[in-house]
Amino acid sequence: MPGLGTSFGRGGATDYQQDLMNSDCIVIMGSNMAENHPVGFQWVVEARERGAEVIHVDPRFTRTSALATKHVGIRAGSDIAFLGGIVNYIIEHERWFDEYVKRYTNAPVLIDDEYQDTEDLEGLFSGWDPAKGEYDTRSWRYEGMELKKGKPPKGEQAGHGGGSTMVRGGVPPAEDMTLQHPRCVFQIVKRHFARYTPEVVADACGCSIADFLYVAEALCASAGREKTGAFAYAVGWTQHTVGVQIIRTAAIIQLLLGNVGRPGGGIMALRGHASIQGSTDIPTLYNTLPGYIDMPHTEDATRLDQWLEFHKTQAGWWSKLDAYVVSLLKAWWGQAAREENEFCFSYLPRIDDNNSHYWTVQQMLRGKVKGYFVIGENPAVGSANGGAQRRGLAKLDWLVVRDFVEIETASFWYDSPEVESGELKPEEIATEVFLLPAATHVEKDGSFTNTQRLLQWHFKAVEPKEDCRSELWFYYHLGRMIRERLRGSTRERDRPVLDLTWEYPTMGEHEEPSAEAVLAEINGSDDKGRPLAAYKLLQADGSTSCGCWIYCGVFADRRNMAARRKPHWQQSYTAPDWGWAWPANRRLLYNRASADPDGKPWSERKKLVWWDPEQEKWTGADTPDFDEQKPPSYRPEEGAEGPEAIRGDHPFIMQGDGLGWLYAPQGLEDGPLPTHYEPQESPFDNPLYAQRSNPRRETNDLPEDPYNPVGSDRFPYIATTYRLTEQHTAGGMSRWLPYLAELQPQMFVEVHPELARERGLSHGGWATVVTARSAIEGRVMVTERMRPVRVRGRLVHQVGLPYHWGQRGLVTGGAANDLLHMALDPNVHIQEAKAFTCDIRAGRRPRGRRRVEFMAQVRAS
Amino acid sequence: MTGAHDGYYGRPIVKEPVWRPEIPYYLFTGGLAGASSVLHGAARLAGNERLAKSALYVGAAADIVSPVLLISDLGRPERFLNMFRVFKVTSPMSVGSWTLGVSGGASTTAAVLELLGKLPRVKALAEIASIAAGPPLATYTGALLANTAIPVWSEARDELPWLFGASAVASAGAAAALVTPPGLAGPARRAAVGGVLAELGLMKAMQSRLGFVGEVYGQDQAGRYAKISKACTAVGAGLLALGGRRSRPVALTASAFILAGELALRWSVFKAGFQSARDPRYTVIPQKERTAVRQRGPCPPDAP
Amino acid sequence: MSTVAPASYGAEAKPRMGFFTDTSVCIGCKACEVACKEWNLVPADGADWLGHSYDNTGQLDANTWRHVAFIEQDKPLRLDAGDFATADAEPEPLRWLMESDVCKHCTHAGCLDVCPTGALFRTEFGTVVVQEDVCNGCGYCVPACPFGVLDKRHLPRRPEDAPLALPMFGKKEDGRVWKCTLCYDRLKGGHEPACAKACPTDSIQFGEIDELRERAEQRLAKLEAERWNAPRLYGHDPGDGVGGFGAFFLLLDEPEVYGLPPDPVVPTAHLPRLWKQTALAAGALVVGVVAAFVGGAE
Repeated sequence: MPGLGTSFGRGGATDYQQDLMNSDCIVIMGSNMAENHPVGFQWVVEARERGAEVIHVDPRFTRTSALATKHVGIRAGSDIAFLGGIVNYIIEHERWFDEYVKRYTNAPVLIDDEYQDTEDLEGLFSGWDPAKGEYDTRSWRYEGMELKKGKPPKGEQAGHGGGSTMVRGGVPPAEDMTLQHPRCVFQIVKRHFARYTPEVVADACGCSIADFLYVAEALCASAGREKTGAFAYAVGWTQHTVGVQIIRTAAIIQLLLGNVGRPGGGIMALRGHASIQGSTDIPTLYNTLPGYIDMPHTEDATRLDQWLEFHKTQAGWWSKLDAYVVSLLKAWWGQAAREENEFCFSYLPRIDDNNSHYWTVQQMLRGKVKGYFVIGENPAVGSANGGAQRRGLAKLDWLVVRDFVEIETASFWYDSPEVESGELKPEEIATEVFLLPAATHVEKDGSFTNTQRLLQWHFKAVEPKEDCRSELWFYYHLGRMIRERLRGSTRERDRPVLDLTWEYPTMGEHEEPSAEAVLAEINGSDDKGRPLAAYKLLQADGSTSCGCWIYCGVFADRRNMAARRKPHWQQSYTAPDWGWAWPANRRLLYNRASADPDGKPWSERKKLVWWDPEQEKWTGADTPDFDEQKPPSYRPEEGAEGPEAIRGDHPFIMQGDGLGWLYAPQGLEDGPLPTHYEPQESPFDNPLYAQRSNPRRETNDLPEDPYNPVGSDRFPYIATTYRLTEQHTAGGMSRWLPYLAELQPQMFVEVHPELARERGLSHGGWATVVTARSAIEGRVMVTERMRPVRVRGRLVHQVGLPYHWGQRGLVTGGAANDLLHMALDPNVHIQEAKAFTCDIRAGRRPRGRRRVEFMAQVRAS
Repeated sequence: MTGAHDGYYGRPIVKEPVWRPEIPYYLFTGGLAGASSVLHGAARLAGNERLAKSALYVGAAADIVSPVLLISDLGRPERFLNMFRVFKVTSPMSVGSWTLGVSGGASTTAAVLELLGKLPRVKALAEIASIAAGPPLATYTGALLANTAIPVWSEARDELPWLFGASAVASAGAAAALVTPPGLAGPARRAAVGGVLAELGLMKAMQSRLGFVGEVYGQDQAGRYAKISKACTAVGAGLLALGGRRSRPVALTASAFILAGELALRWSVFKAGFQSARDPRYTVIPQKERTAVRQRGPCPPDAP
Repeated sequence: MSTVAPASYGAEAKPRMGFFTDTSVCIGCKACEVACKEWNLVPADGADWLGHSYDNTGQLDANTWRHVAFIEQDKPLRLDAGDFATADAEPEPLRWLMESDVCKHCTHAGCLDVCPTGALFRTEFGTVVVQEDVCNGCGYCVPACPFGVLDKRHLPRRPEDAPLALPMFGKKEDGRVWKCTLCYDRLKGGHEPACAKACPTDSIQFGEIDELRERAEQRLAKLEAERWNAPRLYGHDPGDGVGGFGAFFLLLDEPEVYGLPPDPVVPTAHLPRLWKQTALAAGALVVGVVAAFVGGAE
């Protein structure tokens, strides 16, 4: 998300899946869309039927490749090299969309003269502090840009244009519209990617030069006024130690080709869970508040006004941060939140460190975590380094698991590989495990927010059985009971809990809280309790409340907009009357860019929204992602602030300068530009730079998380993990259902026939896959779809591992995540599940005590 | 990735029948019942009452066992009467069920009345019905098997009714010779030997005409049963022809051999069906040849 | 408007409905398999890893009425190397065929013809359906199907079955034959079958057979114009051995590659000849037996 957020202003898919049918060229990379987004994939097929080129770039030939017009196999973990090569190609062959680049991106902006590139520092950027292990990013800034004091926003909020907080004024300070100045962004980008030639790309990625050129040319030929191209990606990009930068490279390509904000263009971020977008919007993330507002940090200012001063941008919609924060505080603390007490700002807890999932697990291993709630997730199978996950669980005082079945996370204490081998003994595990039955999605009201930011309401169809309850019920009554226990307390520390607005109507014999009442609170209301219709109506004086500013409007006029279901044949293809998308029901983000700087569509074929000079407003097939009444000719006055500071010809309204960022002066931990780095575990040194891996990647020195040495011949193969259509993630929702379990009943390992010959594997037999963390077994699937790659002159095989199996269920098997390590991307702390190294041998894995001995041998050598 | 003739991972294209051992036993008993009624009728006409009675009782016994076997093989035996909901000429099993019903009822009635010595007119009617049902009963099972997609059965549509008819005659003759004094069993012996010879000749003709698909008759269980059948029927026919008239024990032994051999024949044909269904090549190759011929046209291209 | 429903339906007869399964857009997701089982309460078929590429279902049978086949081939999907290939580039020789197989609901249906109880019948939509309350599990339809679609459903013994509950004494083992009903109940309600509804790419298309045939021909023409590698229609020709399928296909290789018979013929096509042979054989039987009496009782 920060990849998209720093580039365009919002960390979400720029597009919606239906729009892909308007594309002339779709590159699916870091995604296996047909298998993991099968329903959305129909739009890709539709595009193909209309003559579009559909290219699948992936280490494996998958069900997506089977329907593509072209498959290009690459080495897992070499995406930036490949995409960087395309950037180089576009610039070398002068194929960029000149007017778009000059007017809509920060290509002309000059960068501070202290900036030094990876070209100067052998793979590092200026400001690297080896002692701290992080960058001082001041030298990355725009020339003349003022810096605020304090830590710049990171992670998720950076993912939403909060990265622009440093930029002063709606116009950047210095620029060269001819794009010739050596310190203009365009020239810096050109120089940065100059070494990513087709030969270098082929050598690093293991593909042929011809295949690389095919993709580059296809994208270039599908750009300009008359044509657009799109990218679709998923965790095949995110789950790397350079994940965010991979996405940034695609963003650079799309900005250079002028594809963002245009029909059939943009970047379709395919999020993998029915409500994953919702889980970052109303976050279950530790470092953001609803609507991607930064979570206050112990190092931040304590006063609200000072905190706001630092965090809000001068221009664009983030300049209204005060209204969003105050409205959120009013939603949470209601009457208790008043101007005098800064609207209870001091009630908000503050983070003091990385509290992400893997960091928390590492703290568990150090014995520092007492309790853990695991809700609708199965980290014992679904998180990297399953052994570390389970050992961490064993060190808790208590664990609460809510799920439909007894997943491996709940049963680890008596049924796990560590118990089987004797490394953990049930009688020695002191964790008290509470397994609470959960209601399914048909047994409760609620909403999903899917990958294209679309909120869709679902209604309860049946009552949950016996003790099963919804999450809403659980949290509401838990809160209610805690508040009852604290009633009458005079301690300061209890005020935040006691002052919460916690009155929701309940229904039925189980006293289920009304989900619509919660939605109404999220939507927000004015001082008379009337629902608000748009986030621009939010105020900073306490007269409005709003649980999540980007969702403001979903309950306008007391109508549940997320529940709208007008069929597609009764409306335009953008289907604005089905559900509700944020922001403000816009389907295609940055769609101002579908018109030229004067407000006219770039072409008839690719028109979407445009300026109507008679009606003096923006109009078209989608809700304009722009101030409806702001003409293209608008220029802000000196000192203008907020949305008024954004020009009429700058489409990226969430960015401080309204521009798409080819170069990200702030917001990312590991560089303003993407750089090819090798994965944490790789058979190779970096073919492009002396700096081998992402210097900012997060590693740890826990004994539970050892790494395979680079280039080790003990782990000579590249491995990658992935999903299959038939099963779902960690298997809690599929391994227990007979109709799904029988479709993919066993863990299997995909290997090329030559690798099978090399290692004595036979199709249908058993193999054991080994890393420094663990050894698991699976059935052998010999297939030509797992091609080896020729990198740096060496032929290396790749091993494919679906990750759905665990100890329990109708079908069981080895868990691929047991093999993985916990080295993480520094921006979003996500594991590198897509490229690591391994060994593979014929036969089943050692059992019981013998596995411990075996692993000891593996680590010793 | 397999060659096209291996089909899809070597899996069968048509399904093996779901029929169990009761069915080949029924093929045998049904044929025995049908041909026995004809033998009974011919014996009556020839005035050979002793032989007529033997054939009547053998036929009736077979006619009682047959439906039990068939009902046992049903997935829902309690619904066996549903066989009489309709009468369909497109279904040899429908035709056969009705035929068996008529034959079974008629033979049993005739046999019981013969034993009791009562109601001679009713007995005569029953006998006529039984005799009329006999030939269809003895031969329809050939149509039953051939009217499927099982390659070795379907391709043998010109032979199977004859084969089963001949086998039925051999069985009926041998069974009657088993329970009739040799002095009166001459026609039975001739029928048995004649049936065996016809059956052996038809088997050979069928296998040779089947060509590639017919190779299953030389393999696995179908092959084993075929060999047993040939040996037993040949030995039995030989013994019966040479010594059946003079010696009761020889006649008994010979008849037993023939009966065993004819039962084995039914098993061989039964198993051959399963084997030819199991291997997709037997479905694919003949069909592809057929398609090729159709595309080329019935006449071969002009040779230089 | 094609109809194969018998005239006895009178005014109730409907246009013939069927499937056109276009394998060129199948993504092998198996939603069809699952949707069918959920709607029709078909039992799970056994969690066996077959490793036939991604196919662990294996075949159509009593407990699988939609079966997705997977075939990996060293053959190109299209005959040219793509719009952006250099002049000397050759097409990539790797493709993955995926196909959702189903009962063909033949115009001349062998199963229907041989069913002795009348359990199998032709509906007013022209589809072929087994009445589960009539079928007595004789199994004749199983080998009569040229495509191997039908099968008898066996259910395992359960602890509560009576000890002597042999099949013939009424143990409630299923014992009947089951197959795709083309969601007869859904059709009666004006809906499309569950598999067609679930298919995300419209590989499974449901509609009136005439319209589907026309659509299929246009589809084939488009694929040929786009230089796909040997696409062909299978079962759409009313002149074929079963009179054309009610559920026909667009395939990308020979039928036998998918486990389908290359030239299916309904057994009934040969039945007149077969009855003739039977009649002759029956006659010969009589003659033979009578001839045995020449020569006296000895």
